Amino acid sequence: MNKSNNIDRSSNTGDNIISNPVNDWLNNNAANIFLLPAVIIILILSVFPLIISAYLSLSRFKFVRGGFDITFVGLKNFKKLITGSEKRHFRGSLGDLSIAQWAVVALVTVFFIYILWSYLKSKNFKIAGLIYRIITFSIFSWGTYFIMQNLSVNGRPGTIVVTLVYVFVGLFFQYFIGLGLALLTTQNLVGKRIFRVIFLLPMMITPVGVGYTFRMMTDTSKGPFEPLWKAFGLSDFSWVTSAWGARWAVIITDTWQWTPFIFIILLAAIEGLPNELFEAARVDGASRLQILWNITLPQIIPVSTTVILIRMIEAFKIVDLPNILTFGGPGTATESLTLHSFFAWRALDVGQSASVAYMLMFISLFIGISYTNLIYQRFVN
Amino acid sequence: MKKILLTLFALAAMSFSLAQYDGVEIDIVTFTGPQIAEPLQRRAPEFEAMTGAKVNVITVPFSDLYQQVLTDLATGTNSFDGAVFAPQWMVDYVVPGYLEDLTNRVAADEALEWEDVAGFFRNFSSTYQGKIYTIPLDGDFHMVYYRTDVLAKLNLAPPRTWQEYLNIAEAANGMDMNGDGEADYGSCIGKARNNQAYWFITSIAAPMLQSKGTSQGAFFDTESFKPLVNNPAYAAALQIYKDSTAFGPPDELNLGVGDTRGLWSAGRCALTLDWGDIGTLAIEEGSKVANTTGSVINPGSSMVLNRETNELEACNASLCPHAVNGINYAPFAAFGGWSGAINASADDQVKDALYDFFSYMNQPSQSNADVTVGITGFNPYRTSQFENIAPWISAGMSEEFALNYLGAIQASLNSPNMVLDLRIPFNQRYQQNVLDTALAQYLAGELSLEETMDQIESGWNEITDELGQIEQLDAYRGTLGIK
Repeated sequence: MNKSNNIDRSSNTGDNIISNPVNDWLNNNAANIFLLPAVIIILILSVFPLIISAYLSLSRFKFVRGGFDITFVGLKNFKKLITGSEKRHFRGSLGDLSIAQWAVVALVTVFFIYILWSYLKSKNFKIAGLIYRIITFSIFSWGTYFIMQNLSVNGRPGTIVVTLVYVFVGLFFQYFIGLGLALLTTQNLVGKRIFRVIFLLPMMITPVGVGYTFRMMTDTSKGPFEPLWKAFGLSDFSWVTSAWGARWAVIITDTWQWTPFIFIILLAAIEGLPNELFEAARVDGASRLQILWNITLPQIIPVSTTVILIRMIEAFKIVDLPNILTFGGPGTATESLTLHSFFAWRALDVGQSASVAYMLMFISLFIGISYTNLIYQRFVN
Repeated sequence: MKKILLTLFALAAMSFSLAQYDGVEIDIVTFTGPQIAEPLQRRAPEFEAMTGAKVNVITVPFSDLYQQVLTDLATGTNSFDGAVFAPQWMVDYVVPGYLEDLTNRVAADEALEWEDVAGFFRNFSSTYQGKIYTIPLDGDFHMVYYRTDVLAKLNLAPPRTWQEYLNIAEAANGMDMNGDGEADYGSCIGKARNNQAYWFITSIAAPMLQSKGTSQGAFFDTESFKPLVNNPAYAAALQIYKDSTAFGPPDELNLGVGDTRGLWSAGRCALTLDWGDIGTLAIEEGSKVANTTGSVINPGSSMVLNRETNELEACNASLCPHAVNGINYAPFAAFGGWSGAINASADDQVKDALYDFFSYMNQPSQSNADVTVGITGFNPYRTSQFENIAPWISAGMSEEFALNYLGAIQASLNSPNMVLDLRIPFNQRYQQNVLDTALAQYLAGELSLEETMDQIESGWNEITDELGQIEQLDAYRGTLGIK
């Protein structure tokens, strides 16, 4: 027994391994070799399709006898989106800004200038950082101007702004409702365990089911609330004829489905906070509101910024709910960028579909990176 | 002894036929039912009992059907042995060689009674460049349906023009038409996006765009291939289409034909524009309009587009040679009728079984009954179905309505100015993508009239530039029979 143990130990230390160039190379590159399969899989599943779809976005695709034909057309698909026949669909109509909208643009610009000024005076100042911030803030200011043009009286949101509305308005409600529910279910209330399960249910239902359920509920002529609409004298009213009515229907449905995601993560974060902090605060005579404001919320900021980032990236891809709930209508009022891309793909306009998908990727990448660099890292670190 | 011999012969014949396709399984794709899928599913067990072939009917949403079929065939997945689809898409499937040529099979198939199939469906819907690729199962024309009791109450005649259609819709809107004490609608047209809206606008525009016969075409100029979507005629049609919304259900922009047909059967609409389905749905159990439905050929127009001056001008002998009492009618053969096709890559035995199944569905003994049932979605397409009204009467139609209904379809079918649906390569991109999107935006108020026409024209031109103007023009002229 002792003998075998000794043999094992000697073999484990590698004393008996004969040194040669192959073994040495393997030893030195072991980490890379173990990583290689994962890298190859990622290349095949992620990077390769990304490159192919980039090529498709610059091409025209059509089926021909015996296969398909891909013709390189440069930026024509993007040109069609921005200045061609798809411009009203993609970027909407650009109207004249009201005084209030100009004020919003000015406010946002002044805010960014203030942040730039603060950065100039800070110890972390670097030229590269300044250039990065100037570019980012300029794009955000222009973006605000563009959104305001879309939202003006004679303007109309295209699929870009509709997607941004879904992302940010939806996220706003989902975060605050999720936070409220998480705080509520950490209190010593009767039945809180049951409610935790109930609050999670919407997330577990397939979006198709959620879409159809809300489509039935929002049907004013045949849905379950029809008697209610009728009682209020609104039997001849339909939310689908109103662009913002339909968009709100999508936002409400999305919020109903995805609030549980934020709820469950914030609940875990709140429950994971050390109890000593709260006991010390209570001993010092802090009120419940002071504890919430000065301990709970600051402590969960890293988790909050993370969950917002994850949800935001996910929300940019919204497609199922508007497709089922409103078919993207009335008109194209509820059409997200992914749905826009899907409709083009369905007509086998693969190049156009890929170009819309790439525009979505550029937008979500830019917002995601800016959020990570300017907000997420600051709070998490 | 004779009886025994006959029985033995019948049993032998049955066992032979059972063995014919025993173990053969065929997969057919079509759109989500109940229409179209229902008769296929209902007849499949009968066919299996006769031949041994098991028929699986796979359904996908209508808006996905075109690309599902095309990608399945093009990628060589071949998960479907056959498909029942719109014949106007045929060109995209035939040119790459995905569909089986059925010409010889049809010629050898006496039970099909091919000559009984109306010429339009034989020579246009089923045929491409002289070869037969599909077996028609359905006949499709747009018609206007009206409530006989409502029009009688208003002392109005069925609409002859689209302006009259609007006038009737306005007069009838708000009346209680089904006795439930609630106000009902003057006009119900399925205007939802990704549904059938883009066919309806063509029905309205057609009599103003095409007046000199079928070969004139209603989609493009046959010399320059300029789209006929940015002119006073199309503007007038768009305006009529939008104006009708004021007399429709509040959520009309979100209704497909399934919804408007339900409203019709419930007695909630005075007028509707639809395919032949309404006629048979009206006599189904539970319908409140079984005895009060009338139908008429698509309304026409007394003003037509003069393509030389690009102006809307009053009909005269040279502008409207086919006009009736000064009104130019241009009935629209929208869609062309659901038709069955066979995947050229399927096994030979599967092809044989599938052809026999489509033939079985098409033969008069089956189809003459199926076209009288609302849920099938099949409308008449055989001469015998127009000539013999007995099956219609036994299905529950009054003789008066049967003659009225079949007469309206026949008037469309026999019109020298019938408008053929677009059947050029990638017609689905022109119509289901560009046209449908612009229409939805226009109806929702997102685009002005001029912006809508401009968007459709530039969208169509972009597709044409991409695919080649000469090739598209040749294909278009080919479908219209222009050499």
